[in-house]
Amino acid sequence: MFLLPAALVGVATVIPLCYLVLQALDAEGEALREILWRRRNLVLFWNTLRLVVGVLVFAAIIAFPLAWLTARSSLPGRRFITLVAVLPLAVPGYVMAYALLGLGGNYGALAQWTGWTIPRPSGYWGAVFSIGLYTFPYLFLNLRSALLGMDPAQEDAARSLGAGPGETFFRVTLPQLRPAILAGSLIIGLYVLGDFGAVALMRFETFSQAIYTQYALAYDAIYASWLALLLLVFTATILIMEARLLRRTLLHKVGSGNRGKLGLVRLGTWGVPAWIFIGLVFVASVLIPVATIVSWLVQYPEGVHWGPAWQALGDSLTASVPAALLAGALALPIAYLGVRYPARRTRVLERSAYLAYATPPLALALAFTLFTDRFLPGLYQTLPLLVGVCALRYLAESVGPVRSALYQASPRLEEAARTLGCTPFIAFFRVIFPLVFKGLAVGTALVFLSVMKELPITFLLSPLGFDTLALNVWNFANEAMYAEAAPHALLLLFISLLFVGLLLFREKST
Amino acid sequence: MKMRSCKRSGRLVQWVLGILLVSLAVAEARPLTVYSGRSSALVDPLVRQFEEQTGIEVQVRYGGSAQLALALRQEGARTRADLFWAQDAGALSAVHRAGLFAELPEAVLDNSEPAFRNSAGTWLGTSARARVMAYSPDRVAEGDLPRSLDDLVDERWRGRVGWAPTNGSFQAFLTALRSLRGEDGSRAWLEAMKANRARDYPNNSSLVQAIAAGEIDLALTNHYYLLRFQQRDPRFPVAQASFEQGDPGNLLIVSGIGMLEASGREAEGRRFIEFLLSESAQRYFVRETFEIPVRYDPERADAGDWDAEGAAGRGPEIGTDALEDLEGTLRLLRSVDLL
Repeated sequence: MFLLPAALVGVATVIPLCYLVLQALDAEGEALREILWRRRNLVLFWNTLRLVVGVLVFAAIIAFPLAWLTARSSLPGRRFITLVAVLPLAVPGYVMAYALLGLGGNYGALAQWTGWTIPRPSGYWGAVFSIGLYTFPYLFLNLRSALLGMDPAQEDAARSLGAGPGETFFRVTLPQLRPAILAGSLIIGLYVLGDFGAVALMRFETFSQAIYTQYALAYDAIYASWLALLLLVFTATILIMEARLLRRTLLHKVGSGNRGKLGLVRLGTWGVPAWIFIGLVFVASVLIPVATIVSWLVQYPEGVHWGPAWQALGDSLTASVPAALLAGALALPIAYLGVRYPARRTRVLERSAYLAYATPPLALALAFTLFTDRFLPGLYQTLPLLVGVCALRYLAESVGPVRSALYQASPRLEEAARTLGCTPFIAFFRVIFPLVFKGLAVGTALVFLSVMKELPITFLLSPLGFDTLALNVWNFANEAMYAEAAPHALLLLFISLLFVGLLLFREKST
Repeated sequence: MKMRSCKRSGRLVQWVLGILLVSLAVAEARPLTVYSGRSSALVDPLVRQFEEQTGIEVQVRYGGSAQLALALRQEGARTRADLFWAQDAGALSAVHRAGLFAELPEAVLDNSEPAFRNSAGTWLGTSARARVMAYSPDRVAEGDLPRSLDDLVDERWRGRVGWAPTNGSFQAFLTALRSLRGEDGSRAWLEAMKANRARDYPNNSSLVQAIAAGEIDLALTNHYYLLRFQQRDPRFPVAQASFEQGDPGNLLIVSGIGMLEASGREAEGRRFIEFLLSESAQRYFVRETFEIPVRYDPERADAGDWDAEGAAGRGPEIGTDALEDLEGTLRLLRSVDLL
């Protein structure tokens, strides 16, 4: 029952890989050597690596204090802070990049309003800032739930044994946070590997951006396939490393025992710098992009048309709602198998969800266009295909939360239901499902947000005459028609923000 | 019991057949399908105008010109596309050389400028844009502007010039340069530009913005981006000019359209092409997208203060067929590590 959807995902992930390999093998001797031994590959590799590291460090610098403040401090307004820390998920990467670019320079917003000129961000730091500013919530969400779920008895024990607060944090708290750090970092890291919009605007060359250039601008499917394969090797290494690190952590985990109540740290005057920090994060990650879009609206009102934006909203929802539901439905069996029957096979299956997440979206989309065009022409350029590929691509985002929820749902409950005469299937839906529902909702919501912002897959796979908000924002902005892009960007942002709000509201009610 | 189930399945077959027939009929009445490498931001209003005028429903798949050319070659005879509308000759000729275009009807060709179509008559130009240099009037005096491409490799311009090597228009220009100066001449120029620290940007609008931001002083770009910025903000601190008469840097690039051999909807396709060459569509290009019309009508409107027509006349002498070899251009760009 659970195996079927899981196996389906496995097969669907393998198709694009086979396609990539086949494409890549088209290259012959001389051409192949030229492709593989390009010095440029090394540059791309180095750039990609340091971008991943930079974004992770930057995201951690923002996410750690925020997570600690909302979970462990007595700071008033912690729910508001949580909201501030999750809102940036609604901002598409290219919008963030446009916003940061529009701020600096001789003719930027700052120079025009204050007369104060800062250089425009670009290259490595521009890419790190613009990607870090909207991906840190992934780390924040993981850290926060880990901090909230932690048994305070261990920290108390450390303190009673004479460790100072600092030592307790580094020797007791931090090691326990490892799974959360790894899970958050994995999503962010893989995201960075796949992003091309923000890096292209920041003029920083990475693998994904090179693949985009080769596919979309330069016809060269063979070179692009090789780049994609190199990137996949890179990704696979990260996945294996993460699995190793995580496994060792899980071995050390002890049963939770009786949970005490978490003591909240009183901040006192430290509340002032804390609020300054929160304010800075809010301004940079939410206020600047929103203000940028509003300024597009105001600057040239003749160009603003709302009708097409509402239409595009319809198309966006038609793709992202089913994709999110499908991803949720697929995540459940995959996470369940991985948690309940931890064997090599199930682990491979679970990792394969991450592999789809890590396959460059353009390569993924291109593989599916080719595959369906050849073998399933009935599916080519149809909505089901678009929805299916989007669900597959973002599956990993929903597997994570479901998996964490399943870890907390004891198998004893299920066994009890079985002894009372339930079939395994019924037992799952009546006992386990209600317990993991919250995780499932969070996972589904994350996929929804991602598909709303999604560009490359929609670009290649959308049915004829289908245009989403994200596509329109990208197209108009590329032509420097910002006023025309503004209604689309604003609707995209508004719907996403609304969704993030709902997400938090649910959290309160459960 | 058995009888009844048989009857039921008989009815089921009827239903299925009915649905199939209906869907076939629907497929027959499917809208005219255009693959457009021209951005929806620019041409979608024009497509809607065509629908209103003719009552023919049009479906558009937007994408990059190169990407759609690749898709068309992949789909071959299975394609649902009736027309391919692209940004430049390179993408069009890729489809042409794959033998996927039908020859355009004589009457349509006669109605277009010979300079703006390929000699085989499988595609023709719909609008044009001129390559120009955009510059900062604050940091470069008009008298100090470079007179030709070769001035840009001078020490004086070190680190001050921007270009967009991954952009289709730049590549079209480079194809022209290869045809005019040969492979070695073009490579020498590219390398000299690199050595002179020319700065890479992802596209034309980012080049113009980089000048306003003060990152670069001069950029190789298309003429209409600046016009668009100035329409929105008359104080926008960038100006543009052409190189001296006949310089490759003034190339006129033509967007064009061709009809797919596999289409089988020649009449509607032809009406779409004729619509694009009509006075109202040509005027749309001039007024809304600030392009240069390909039909020489007395009605030609002006594109602000900037003399588009004059710029169009300053381009190098080069035939449309000479702009076909995009693949060679990409190879060259790759060999100097610009792609």
